[in-house]
Amino acid sequence: MEFQARKEAGGVVVVLGGRLDAVTAPEYERRIHELVDGGDARFVIDFERLDYISSAGLRGLLVTARLLKAKGGQLRFANVQGGVRAVFEMSGFGSMFQLDESVTAALAALS
Amino acid sequence: MKSDTRCYAARVENLTAATGFVAACADQFGLAGLAKFGLLLALEEAFVNICSYAYPEGPGLAEITCTGDGDAFVLDIADRGRPFDALSLPEPDTTGDLMHRAVGGLGIHLIRRFSDSVSYRRDNDRNILRMVFRTPRGGDVTSTQC
Repeated sequence: MEFQARKEAGGVVVVLGGRLDAVTAPEYERRIHELVDGGDARFVIDFERLDYISSAGLRGLLVTARLLKAKGGQLRFANVQGGVRAVFEMSGFGSMFQLDESVTAALAALS
Repeated sequence: MKSDTRCYAARVENLTAATGFVAACADQFGLAGLAKFGLLLALEEAFVNICSYAYPEGPGLAEITCTGDGDAFVLDIADRGRPFDALSLPEPDTTGDLMHRAVGGLGIHLIRRFSDSVSYRRDNDRNILRMVFRTPRGGDVTSTQC
């Protein structure tokens, strides 16, 4: 799994790549929680380079969303596509999260 | 491709090796795109279930068999844990809001959605979950049943 974070004017953009599965989800959770613990509360996750997600990955995203909601933060997802989008739709996650067509649109929607 | 079997210790870190084995079988068979994605997802969900629940009293094994049968790719995952049919669990609620959503049961739900069929049997003290994935073949309608 690839995990890269960069700070933009509107929030933190996290680029995920490769596989978010039962092996890699703990690392994802650890790294994003470090950012939240450091005070960041507005996040865009860019899925363009993520090839694969399982229920373990979905669980990690749900944990992030609940953590940010409890802290009054925001979370949006950009470029959810292909098989990952199919998993989102089949699990009902597509309607539970804010999905945007691009990172630019997601950053603009953070308020 | 006829049939190929690998055995792994039922630990989550072995998912990467198991995925490599099944992906190679899928490539050899000619399963690609979303069908291959769904196959690897079903493998993970079934394998991780075995790692989490099949052997509460100690280490155990997961046996993975890939078989080509006509246009069907058949994935069997077996364990020697206590009798357990994951298909007997209720379907998860996929409509709740963020704070009330349960993730338990989502793995089996995704297996059902991505596979063309899934079945469970208990055989010689083994739990065997069988998942079938058919290759999309344009214009080759072999059944008119919905």
